[in-house]
Amino acid sequence: MADDRSEPTIGEILQTHGVSRRTFIKYCTAMASVLALPPLAGRAMAEQLLAAPRPSVIYLSFQECTGCLESLTRSFSPTIESLIFDIISLDYDDTLMAAAGAQAEAARDKAMKDNYGKYIVIVDGSVPTSDGGIYSCAAGRSAVDILSEAAKGAAAIVCVGTCSSFGGIPFADPNPTGAQPVSALITDKPIINVSGCPPIPEVIAGTLLQYVSTGTVPELDEHRRPKVFFGNTIHDRCYRRSFYDEGKFAKSFDDEGARNGWCLFELGCKGPTTYNACATIKWNGGTSFPIESGHGCLGCSEPGFWDKGSFYSPLSAPRWGKAGEASPRQVLEVAGAAVVAGAALGVASAGLSRRRQRQKEKLNADDETEEG
Amino acid sequence: MDLVSFARGIGFEVALVVFCAGVVWRIVGFALLRFRRDFNEPRNSLVKAMIGGMVATGSRSWPHPEFIGRTGAGEVIGYSYHVGLFIVILLFAPHIVFLGSLLGVTWPALPSSVITIVSVITFTLLLAVLFRRITHRVLRLLSNFDDYFSWLITTLVIATGLMATAHIGGPYQTILGLHILSFDALLIWFPFGKLMHAFYIFPSRAVNGTLLSRKGAAS
Repeated sequence: MADDRSEPTIGEILQTHGVSRRTFIKYCTAMASVLALPPLAGRAMAEQLLAAPRPSVIYLSFQECTGCLESLTRSFSPTIESLIFDIISLDYDDTLMAAAGAQAEAARDKAMKDNYGKYIVIVDGSVPTSDGGIYSCAAGRSAVDILSEAAKGAAAIVCVGTCSSFGGIPFADPNPTGAQPVSALITDKPIINVSGCPPIPEVIAGTLLQYVSTGTVPELDEHRRPKVFFGNTIHDRCYRRSFYDEGKFAKSFDDEGARNGWCLFELGCKGPTTYNACATIKWNGGTSFPIESGHGCLGCSEPGFWDKGSFYSPLSAPRWGKAGEASPRQVLEVAGAAVVAGAALGVASAGLSRRRQRQKEKLNADDETEEG
Repeated sequence: MDLVSFARGIGFEVALVVFCAGVVWRIVGFALLRFRRDFNEPRNSLVKAMIGGMVATGSRSWPHPEFIGRTGAGEVIGYSYHVGLFIVILLFAPHIVFLGSLLGVTWPALPSSVITIVSVITFTLLLAVLFRRITHRVLRLLSNFDDYFSWLITTLVIATGLMATAHIGGPYQTILGLHILSFDALLIWFPFGKLMHAFYIFPSRAVNGTLLSRKGAAS
């Protein structure tokens, strides 16, 4: 980040907290390994962070459920305490901050003014745009208005969660509030999407840490997600993958296959089409992840995951009708109608051919009579 | 709507309707055609002729001993890739899930590694039949758009399936979408091209065999 000697550097702050340089370098090395950076990058990251001032962060919550923030507060590495006390300066977060009302709004205004062009905006939740954006307001202002103002002076925007990244559940059909992802409204700022419902806490914290330590946007995929965390599918890294390869599948949540830990593909697991780090970083400090707990992946870090049919319908099953559920009865009805239509067409075309055949035979017979 | 959702949703619906209606149209249309008037004195009774038809169905599905040197390789390749296609279509777990959701019944799958090996062999054999069609002078003269397009659309399904399994050529969901979409395209093309041989081949051999067995003088 840009050097600003009016603010204490992260190194100075850590020193006052009694954190030694050696400890911090070890911590950064661990983070570098989480971020899949080369071994020496940990030291470089530490040097960079120690000399940099803590960047101001403004956390905006719009149309959301606070699950993403709940997730972030459960970050083990770095912990939320070390993140907000040592690495960043969380100047506005209406859920976590002690201030409320006008005081809270004043804190945001001050942070934006003092750090214009340098602060990071974290957005949690989609932005409703229908009816003048009245479906998400704070201090009498709409989310669209607050976001537009905050985005003007931001160095970068980090969208935390699938709602701010892709619209999420509020964006689901029929999207009554006109919910939009941040990228649909802000087009002139670097945007990093950390999708998930919620995202993995270490992924949120790691993305912030990487941005703070390098001052640059990490390499992103086509959905603007950091490749380091979203470069592989859940299926690629799943410990149940070998069962998929062997053709061993659980058919229900309580059958022998499920008890043996076989693949959950047939129970609707969306792991093969979902890019995230759940299978490697896992949740709750690396305890487990949904598939390890016996439930298929919902694909929550992918755009439009809510509108892709049943969570329990296998990926390769056809999506029949708008609801996306094909039942043999529905298939039978439609295929039956097609068969009847085809048969009618066949009878009609055979009739035409027969008539033509008869006409030809008659002509031939007439010719023979004339010749005779 | 993303590509996968389209391909397994409305794309598949349209394809299935076209496939069902088209196949039945072609079968009924042919079945109801009149046979040419037969002025010959029947050589055999109808029952004997039908038995002859069944024999012809079997014998014509096997290389004729006299030509085995020239047609044997082609027939082995042809049968092999058909067997490969059946194995891949019917015994790969995601395909069973797909068919099961339509038919309401499922059956045991083969391990993915076996399916991958069979797919690679089938794909290679499909390339071989194309090479033979292009390089064989007579076959080339007999071939038209239908032959090449039917080959292309079948090979595309296998190729995209392999790419999706091996995670090559792009994001998995894009390749999976292309795989299902190419299958949708195959279903749509099926009734109108030579892929209809799947339904015609044995009945037409049986009918021809029956007719040939019935007409002509008894020796």
